Amino acid sequence: MTTQVRSAQPAVSAGASEVEVAIKATALTKIYGPRGGPEASRRGWRRAKGSDVSKEPKAAADDVTFSVAPGEFFMIMGLSGSGKSTVLRMLNRLIEPTSGELLIDGRNVATMPEAELRELRNRKINMVFQHFALFPHRTVRENAAYALHVRNESAAKRDERADWALETVGLGDWGDSLPGELSGGMRQRVGLARALASEADILLMDEPFSALDPLIRRDMQDLLMELQRDLNRTVVFVTHDLNEAMRMGDRIMIMRNGKVVQLGTAQEILNAPADDYVTEFISDVDRSRVLTAGTIMQEPLVTATEKDDPQDVLRRLSNVEGVGAYVLDDEGHIAGITRADLLAAGVGRQRAAVGQLVTNEYKVVGEDAPLSDICTLVGRNSVPLAVTDTDGKLVGVVPRATLLEALATPKKENADA
Amino acid sequence: MPSINVGAPVGALVDWLTANLGALFHFISTVMLAVLDAVLIVLTAPSPYVLTAIFVVLALLERKWGFGLFTLIAFLLIQAMGLWIEAMETLAVVVVATVFAVAIGIPVGIWAARSRKVSSVIRPVLDFMQTLPVFVYLIPAVFFFGIGVVPGVISTLVFAIPPAVRLTELGIRNVDKEVVEAAIAFGAKPRQMLREVQLPLAMPSIMAGVNQTLMLALSMVVIAGLVGAGGLGAVVVRGISTLDVGAGFQGGIAVVFLAIYLDRLTAALAKPRRRRPKARKPAPAPSATTTETDQPALASS
Repeated sequence: MTTQVRSAQPAVSAGASEVEVAIKATALTKIYGPRGGPEASRRGWRRAKGSDVSKEPKAAADDVTFSVAPGEFFMIMGLSGSGKSTVLRMLNRLIEPTSGELLIDGRNVATMPEAELRELRNRKINMVFQHFALFPHRTVRENAAYALHVRNESAAKRDERADWALETVGLGDWGDSLPGELSGGMRQRVGLARALASEADILLMDEPFSALDPLIRRDMQDLLMELQRDLNRTVVFVTHDLNEAMRMGDRIMIMRNGKVVQLGTAQEILNAPADDYVTEFISDVDRSRVLTAGTIMQEPLVTATEKDDPQDVLRRLSNVEGVGAYVLDDEGHIAGITRADLLAAGVGRQRAAVGQLVTNEYKVVGEDAPLSDICTLVGRNSVPLAVTDTDGKLVGVVPRATLLEALATPKKENADA
Repeated sequence: MPSINVGAPVGALVDWLTANLGALFHFISTVMLAVLDAVLIVLTAPSPYVLTAIFVVLALLERKWGFGLFTLIAFLLIQAMGLWIEAMETLAVVVVATVFAVAIGIPVGIWAARSRKVSSVIRPVLDFMQTLPVFVYLIPAVFFFGIGVVPGVISTLVFAIPPAVRLTELGIRNVDKEVVEAAIAFGAKPRQMLREVQLPLAMPSIMAGVNQTLMLALSMVVIAGLVGAGGLGAVVVRGISTLDVGAGFQGGIAVVFLAIYLDRLTAALAKPRRRRPKARKPAPAPSATTTETDQPALASS
């Protein structure tokens, strides 16, 4: 690992709160213009005379502020020209920011001298490219080992790391091939291996899967998420595909014309789109794959314990016009479900407790089950679906109406509420 | 309209250079002659048959039998026409001029590829070098270096450097931008990126430049013959000036043979080619890896 001897800013490393941030970008701005840079905008008289609109300085990224936590999967999403790739490339200064501040692990990247920047790129931040950007004249193994080659690692160490990385992405047997001999999906696996081999803990991904066909793309997404579970890198992932963003990202930053439109989790964006632009975007999203049981579940209207009086439970049920209630044991686990008809029969036969009036005609899912998985379960059962946490305790229910409402695109009156 | 004499200052400059930088020109002339002589000795020391055999072997390394056969016939015919020494003199001039042109052109091309400013300055200079009629600078070259082979080589250089510069610049600029970004993104130093990424990937284009340089050098041979450069150029010039059409044709056809030989030999270098990976495992994909060997061509060293 890097020897952090020359910690340039001791003040920063002292602050405990800073440790929780892997990347902190403040007001990052990139302006392209006839002369580039802010001095172009100062020459206002030029524009007045020439009136050539295309020559005006254009902000590819305008006042972009965000921070990424260590181990977070952070999505930057937008259409072409939205500035998402510009923002990504400013993170490792492939594009120099015009202004703004950028801290990576508390080190100020924007003012970093060249040599230190190269070191940072080599050991700390790696990148995966849209069109793979492999070195066609080097073997797959040499490609994977490139970062280690640059830092003059021994051949044995290089090969060991490269082979490990290739093994990890499922290309263990291909080390001696040339990139030209591989298919698109395999090439991007090499691109991924190249970034993994260096042990950098931040991964920048520039639309890495958009050049692949849909089936392969899905495979690669699964591979990446699987790797992410094991390796837990900090990932900044650029995409124009909102489904991809919502499927994989912990948080999503939506950009338009160089500005940040909305930043939040998939659910936050789906439930409360910031403006019409985002609303239009999410209308295409397959909500059933993004929303989970945990996000749409509701407090159960009525629950009972095993010792409750059937008459009492029946009255509470009829108050809310419910058809059934989950019966919980002392620890909050589900003992069964009771229905109005069972309770009524029990009242007639003088049964003492609800515990004897339960059936097991109900289904249980975890909080992170996507709606696509629970649709049939909800459909088949008249009683609401039970949602439990990892301990098996009831945390909520999903009635049919709630599910249908969640699957429908957000209504305008949401804004009024 | 005021008349402006653009030529006068140039003439004055040439006079001044001749008067004041004589020592420098003499030095260049001496070095150039020594190099030319060395190459010529290598080319003429062995028997013509031995050399012809070597040329044929080089041709056969490209694995084209027709080319080998052509080489054999062409060089035997040159001998039979009694033009062997002249052909070797011409070959020496072409090889030396190409080596110098490449040695100057490739670094300049790399420089131009790395800086737009340099590129925009160099481009008109290259246009100038390529389009200025040869005689305009052939005569000053004679002033500077005297009658003989050296002004011929120098003029050839002026004419032959531009494609080396242009195709080197083009080759480097055309390297996939993302691949260059990838090298930067993994922390490669600029020099390392040039050596390990840009130059290898630009190599086909650079080699096409070398090939063009060689061809242009050869096309200058006859003109260089006018200022006493000897070789096949002198044969052609002598043939023309004595109205001996047959002799002129013999010299001309020998130039053509040399041109075709050198072009075919170096054209293969311009093709994209892969380094053979060492110790290949049983190949999972039987793809069309090139079977060509990495034989260095005569003129590119």
